[in-house]
Amino acid sequence: MLALQGAVDKHIQMLSKLNIPCLAVKHREELGRIDAIIIPGGESTTIGKLLIRFSLFDPLSNLIAHGLPVFGTCAGLILLAKKITGFDQPSFKLLDITVARNAYGPQIESFEADISIPHLGEKAFRAVFIRAPIITEIAAHTEVLAGFEGNPVLIRQGNILASSFHPELTNDERIHRYFAHNLVGEHLKELAYKKN
Amino acid sequence: MSELLWSERQKSTWRNKVGLAEMLKGGVIMDVTTAEQAKIAEQAGAVAVMALERVPADIRVQGGVARMADPQKIKEIQDAVSIPVMAKCRIGHFAEAQILEALGVDFIDESEVLTPADENFHVNKHDFKVPFVCGCRDLGEALRRIGEGAAMIRTKGEAGSGNVVEAVRHMRAVMDGMRKLKNLPKEELMTEAKNLGAPYELVCEVASTGKLPVPNFSAGGIATPADAALMMQLGAEAVFVGSGIFKSSDPAVRAKAIVDAATHYNDPKVLADISKGLGEPMPGIDIRQLDEKQLLALRGW
Repeated sequence: MLALQGAVDKHIQMLSKLNIPCLAVKHREELGRIDAIIIPGGESTTIGKLLIRFSLFDPLSNLIAHGLPVFGTCAGLILLAKKITGFDQPSFKLLDITVARNAYGPQIESFEADISIPHLGEKAFRAVFIRAPIITEIAAHTEVLAGFEGNPVLIRQGNILASSFHPELTNDERIHRYFAHNLVGEHLKELAYKKN
Repeated sequence: MSELLWSERQKSTWRNKVGLAEMLKGGVIMDVTTAEQAKIAEQAGAVAVMALERVPADIRVQGGVARMADPQKIKEIQDAVSIPVMAKCRIGHFAEAQILEALGVDFIDESEVLTPADENFHVNKHDFKVPFVCGCRDLGEALRRIGEGAAMIRTKGEAGSGNVVEAVRHMRAVMDGMRKLKNLPKEELMTEAKNLGAPYELVCEVASTGKLPVPNFSAGGIATPADAALMMQLGAEAVFVGSGIFKSSDPAVRAKAIVDAATHYNDPKVLADISKGLGEPMPGIDIRQLDEKQLLALRGW
């Protein structure tokens, strides 16, 4: 769990419900001790600056580029994006999307809605959008797991999972479980295979 | 692509309001009076800015009635930064709050720093789409404000003093109040709600969870990275810095150091490093030299 700033607690609560051990990462050295990372919602400009100031940006970017499973929510999605419209701010540029920040408007336009995520079963997922970004362009090889009003809101590209909404603010742990079982599970299997 | 479910879309829910407060955790919210200061704050890594006419230290010196900032100024600040913009309304001044909501500010601080417009009643914050933050000195005051609809609480401290002593007093009072509730048997909770002057349901919730139902931040007198670290270790989940930044000798450097301190609040080595060579902090006031009429924290009911 990247714990520089943002909705860290809520993700940790979710992981503890799923009995997944979790480390709050604030220092470069801690990156060596994790099998996957969640980049939470918060202020993407703040988290980006702190990543650079505390020398986490390059090593983390390198780890993700080499297959470390990552789940980015909201600000986390922005930090992974290849292109951020209108802003010159740090991002890993590993997820092949173009994203517009605060694209629904100011806080009073924040909303929640039921969305359907076919991979996670029939039951709708209550998605909480807070000053959310909109994914305006997406590469063909990036898989759209869910959309809302014509824009992708939950996407996957190999070891990267990203949502423009906040699953950690609900009691529905299906996306976190999907991340743990699928992305992290596949990664660990691959590592074990390489070792043998 | 999945189908649309329009009927289910709901704006400005309680979860949206508290959710924004969650996103600000571990961060620093800075008072600014101009677009230029807002940019310095954003550059330093602030998670939000508070748009103000005058910082509390100036309100204290200049006196007079302190009101909501000029909408023109708020607009300029909104245009200058991409991070959330907050603004203050006077206690009980729901018309100022309506105007701030119309301006599209991201959070309203119903604040004791401005001159109260109503000496009996606060704004009914449930009526608004925009989330509110309110100050408190103890648990009862915090729960009254949450009962009225505040989506974030900040302990008051003494704004514009550059002295952290009141912030500590108020944070300790809130945390002690919660620890006490957690240990009370159920049959004592109603009487405790009466003593606190707080809604019974919220008293029961805190007794069972041991924490406030909304994020709990700290404000009023934070002037150094060490002050920010102190408040976070005492239980604050983020800090507001008012006069402490733009009344210091080198605002950009100090702002950045306080942002770093909010992240590494429990790491003394990092704190030692980031506290070096920041120039002069704001001068500050010994609270014991102030008489009761000069204390801002006593405003609020």
